[in-house]
Amino acid sequence: MADHSQAAHAHQFDDIKQQHEADSLGMWVFLTTEILFFGALFLCYGIYRHAYPDAFASASHYMDVILGGINTAVLLGSSLTVVLAVHAAQHGERKRLLVFLVMTIVLGCVFLGIKGLEYSHKFAEHLVPGVDFQYAGPQPGAAEIYFVLYFVMTGIHALHLLIGIGIMTWLAVGASRNRYGPDYYAPVEVSGLYWHFVDIIWIFLYPMIYLIHVYR
Amino acid sequence: MKMEQNVDYLNVAYGPRSWLLSTDHKRIAILYMISITFFFFVGGFFALLMRLELLTPQGDLVAAHTYNELFSMHGITMIFFFLIPSIPAVLGNFLVPLMIGARDLAFPKLNLLSWYLYIIGGIFTLTAMITGGVDTGWTFYTPLSTAYSTTNVIPVVTGIFILGFSSILTGVNFIITIHKMRAPGLTWFRLPLFIWAQYATSIIIVLATPVIAITLLLLIVERVFGVGIFNPALGGDPLLFQHLFWFYSHPAVYIMVLPSMGVVSELITCFARKRIFGYYFMAAAIMAIAALGFLVWGHHMFVSGQSVYASMVFSALSYFVAVPSAIKVFNWLATLYKGSISFHTPLLYAFGFIGLFTIGGLTGLFLAALAVDVHVTDTYFVVAHFHYIMVGGAVMGYLGGIHYWWPKITGRLYPEGWAKFSALVLFVGFNLTFFPQFILGYLGMPRRYHVYPPEFQVLNVLSTAGATILGIGYLIPFTYLIWSLRRGKHAGPNPWNATGLEWTTSSPPPQHNFDKTPIVTEGPYAYPPFEKTEVVHGGS
Amino acid sequence: MNNDPSIRLYFRIGIILMLLLALTISVAYIDLGPYNIVIALLIAAVKATLVGYFFMHIRTSPRLVWTFAIGGFFWLFILFALTFSDFLSRPI
Repeated sequence: MADHSQAAHAHQFDDIKQQHEADSLGMWVFLTTEILFFGALFLCYGIYRHAYPDAFASASHYMDVILGGINTAVLLGSSLTVVLAVHAAQHGERKRLLVFLVMTIVLGCVFLGIKGLEYSHKFAEHLVPGVDFQYAGPQPGAAEIYFVLYFVMTGIHALHLLIGIGIMTWLAVGASRNRYGPDYYAPVEVSGLYWHFVDIIWIFLYPMIYLIHVYR
Repeated sequence: MKMEQNVDYLNVAYGPRSWLLSTDHKRIAILYMISITFFFFVGGFFALLMRLELLTPQGDLVAAHTYNELFSMHGITMIFFFLIPSIPAVLGNFLVPLMIGARDLAFPKLNLLSWYLYIIGGIFTLTAMITGGVDTGWTFYTPLSTAYSTTNVIPVVTGIFILGFSSILTGVNFIITIHKMRAPGLTWFRLPLFIWAQYATSIIIVLATPVIAITLLLLIVERVFGVGIFNPALGGDPLLFQHLFWFYSHPAVYIMVLPSMGVVSELITCFARKRIFGYYFMAAAIMAIAALGFLVWGHHMFVSGQSVYASMVFSALSYFVAVPSAIKVFNWLATLYKGSISFHTPLLYAFGFIGLFTIGGLTGLFLAALAVDVHVTDTYFVVAHFHYIMVGGAVMGYLGGIHYWWPKITGRLYPEGWAKFSALVLFVGFNLTFFPQFILGYLGMPRRYHVYPPEFQVLNVLSTAGATILGIGYLIPFTYLIWSLRRGKHAGPNPWNATGLEWTTSSPPPQHNFDKTPIVTEGPYAYPPFEKTEVVHGGS
Repeated sequence: MNNDPSIRLYFRIGIILMLLLALTISVAYIDLGPYNIVIALLIAAVKATLVGYFFMHIRTSPRLVWTFAIGGFFWLFILFALTFSDFLSRPI
């Protein structure tokens, strides 16, 4: 009936269990590289925020706290749908797996949509460094650094999310063809780990970029 | 007696597709070997031009800006496209599965991808260097690289960025393979030290490379959009670039030297026919070098404006990192002591490594002292120091390993006479090239200059003479190793009578490495004690 | 599905995460001077830990996974600590 017996393992492994463990550990090691990758950006941000606290605070007033907050909720929700998808795959619930994967994709697209909206606002307000940047507040040089870091950090994050959506789509196609089940669900689990990591990056990005001086 | 034609990984399939689409770690290792050899000679060509210019005190061969491009491209090519991949991508790729009794690495397709990323990065950078060059030094300091240089910075940096991913994939592959695919009975403390070295190197790769990747990306953003993350005129701090750059580039030197140390342990034990002295300390020292190597990067920035307090911290930490390296040198010597030594070529390279790495390491300690560094930084003293480590250390280890495992990789023996001769030529050439540079640097000759005061000419001429000998010395193995592929004597499975799982399978190995997964019951380097061999010599 | 204890746990964690988000935003509107960023980052760390521990299954993962997860952050800490040691001990 349900054909999820891709229990044949790759030739370099002894059995499917070893393959699953290798795939999982492989993703974790890759995520370690991502911690350092994004971490270096957080360092740049930390150094300059320490150097120019007032400029960063006033520049952050151009950020939309509500849109950012909605996006954070969207990603947190998508982490929930991902872990439910993994659970479904693990328990052979084919339809549920597909549903949760599609929900994850939708939530990811919502995030990117809102992000695109925010970017378009910045373009309209001439707050894109290098593209006719016009900042009216104090310390425009420092503010420009804030916006450079904003675009680079959220841009790279968005790129990672886009890749994640691609991966989830590929998983959804496979799920619709019964590829995943209790004896072979490593790709779902491993992709889930990646997605959660992208969520964690945003969990830190949001307060650091949007919530500097909101009470003013 | 004619040897029958066994099926091995080389003759199992022919044709370019079987090589360019192979996921066999042994074939990928060969692809890497050919590619890095090409880049080695490209980098060497840049060096040759530099040394020719430095024959005379005046700038008469090339203009100043051309010289800037030459030393930049020499450094970029040698570091990123030769040294960083060298032992891991060639010897590591070939040997890690064999030494642990596995059929392949954990992720063979990612392995092939890593080679393609290397090639794409290499083509990007090489094309950019040929069509316009880059003059920022391999260190790409800002704001020269971001705001003032008019050379091909962006494509060169893009190529290195791509190469970073190649490196990361190799590192990830080795870590998972060593954790998860060891043969039954092969516990961590039964692993050959070469594997420990590859593991530690892979940890460094995984932790350090992402930082330089993002740094180079920020460099490109700054250059393209004219913003000032690292530009003081626009509110940025060039020192932030340097911190990020050296956070990778100092551990990178351990990426380059640790695998070589792993090779040396294999060579010394085999050709002294003795267990390694202090195996646990050797393994611990490897891990300590990897860890401590991350804590010292500020010693490259003592005179750039880094605070005195941070400099003092980095200086003190730099002294610590020398300790595990010294432990390794002492233990190699202790292994040789009272060993049954046979002076085959690989051992000659191991000797070269020990001596030259010791000099390089000691001079590193001199540089770690703030008061000394203030005087000799940015002089030829530093140039000599790192060449003693990179060439005298890393390259010697690479060549020793290539010779040692050549029979396993190709099924052929190299000609021992020529090999010994060229090892000697290389040793002489190397010292003639770089020892005068210690003196030049101490006397005050700055690096990265194509002109110098006339009183330095004699030492420069000696150095160029040495470089010529060194260049010839590299061509000799290049020639006889290729010659041996067709005309070398056929090798048996274990021509050196060495221990290690790689020697238990045929030379060259079959595609799947082992006919039956080996079961390991003892530690590495289990050479019989010498007393016993006397008894065996009865003659049966 | 609602009988499965792990499913209920996931939903509970999800709700806690949303509440922590609401907390983050509300606290941001109160002037606590330099402590705003400290509290914001602390709450973020708690959220990240919940996602890691429960959603990424670190809770039930082998020690090796713990080592890489924690090790990555520890190494990042080294980058931060030594770099800041320079920037904090000189005027920018």
